[in-house]
Amino acid sequence: MTFHPYNFISSLTYMVSGMLGIFIVIGIIVLITALLNRITAPRHDDDQQK
Amino acid sequence: MNILQSLSFLWENLLALADWRYLVMWAIGGLLIYLAIRHDMEPSLLLPMGFGTILVNIPFSGAIDQLLASGAVEHGALTTLFNAGIANELFPLILFIGIGAMIDFGPLLSNPKLMIFGAAAQFGIFFTLCAASMFFDINDAAAIGIIGAADGPTSIVVAQKLNSHYQGAIMVAAYSYMALVPIIQPPVIKLLTTRKERLIRMPYEQKNVSKTTRILFPIIITVVAGVVAPASVSLIGFLMFGNLIRECGVLNSLSETAQKVLANLVTIFLGLTVASQMQAEAFLKLDTLLILGLGLFAFIFDTAGGVLFAKFLNLFLKKKVNPMIGAAGISAFPMSGRVVHKLGLQEDSQNFLLMHSIGVNVSGQIASVIAGGLILNFFL
Repeated sequence: MTFHPYNFISSLTYMVSGMLGIFIVIGIIVLITALLNRITAPRHDDDQQK
Repeated sequence: MNILQSLSFLWENLLALADWRYLVMWAIGGLLIYLAIRHDMEPSLLLPMGFGTILVNIPFSGAIDQLLASGAVEHGALTTLFNAGIANELFPLILFIGIGAMIDFGPLLSNPKLMIFGAAAQFGIFFTLCAASMFFDINDAAAIGIIGAADGPTSIVVAQKLNSHYQGAIMVAAYSYMALVPIIQPPVIKLLTTRKERLIRMPYEQKNVSKTTRILFPIIITVVAGVVAPASVSLIGFLMFGNLIRECGVLNSLSETAQKVLANLVTIFLGLTVASQMQAEAFLKLDTLLILGLGLFAFIFDTAGGVLFAKFLNLFLKKKVNPMIGAAGISAFPMSGRVVHKLGLQEDSQNFLLMHSIGVNVSGQIASVIAGGLILNFFL
């Protein structure tokens, strides 16, 4: 095992792209889930008629 | 052949014990068993791992493959199990079906915005990857970083796929720190938040989630995560399949079997088999200590990432969130959610954060698997 401090800097690109990737994927999932909730929610008119 | 000659193997076995490393590994095995029984720390995993550690560190143990003097290999049961269940990632993936069946995504589905905290709390994985790259090659550094997923099966699959040389240490660190979440997280959360922030109340508005949403959610997650990170599709797919059999409503007996019998069976073999990687000569190295340290580093920065992100969001939100819930974004379910809830109650006995923190906690489960998939995509 050897110590290469400069590797920290060079691997920062993985950190940036990894976090960006996660936020993008989770963002897409949040949007889809919110849309799904809206589409499948019971309609207010129906509730009132009942 | 006289009697003494025929019993000479006893001397050979006893002499082999003069190697101090075996005794240290027995002590480590004993410590894992002690922590499991005395402190109830992930006993279903730490106890089999502890016993397995002793089993494989008996000189010339028949539980693992041994090279005979003739050059032939005598196969051991644990090595065979490792090749059959972990080398091909089968055990962790099957366990994921059980975990998926256990998870109720309801709190998350009723407030999907919470998922964003699960993403932020994966920071420790990538920051640790950078830190580990100073000491290890990049594939090993990535496998070490994934300890921060706080998710045993994901750690095993990623370390295995990346062909890491440190699988034993990574697995031990992943499971041990998951058990230590109630000890690791509170000081980090308190350090990064003020009392005023910890007192922020978040009223829970119960929203009904339709059955259609509950059924479609695991399918959509699988497709989205699979398209973005195809390498993660088995991980996320097995997790979501487990959840689908829970939510579909027509496979209740399968769901119960997955949650209990299947998960328990795999857990027994998983713990024992992971221990096959804890052989003294491979485990007792300076590298192992460093990996254990980096694992702790990953958990601390996961927690910090979640809390600091919540504080950052509060700068823009009218309705502030309690920043402690950001810490629940790590995948250690449900420990992390409960830790945040308890901390909230410590500050204000009427501040119930459980539903929010559990929602964030299950989002951490999804985000950690996606992080694992992204790492595999980067380095495979």
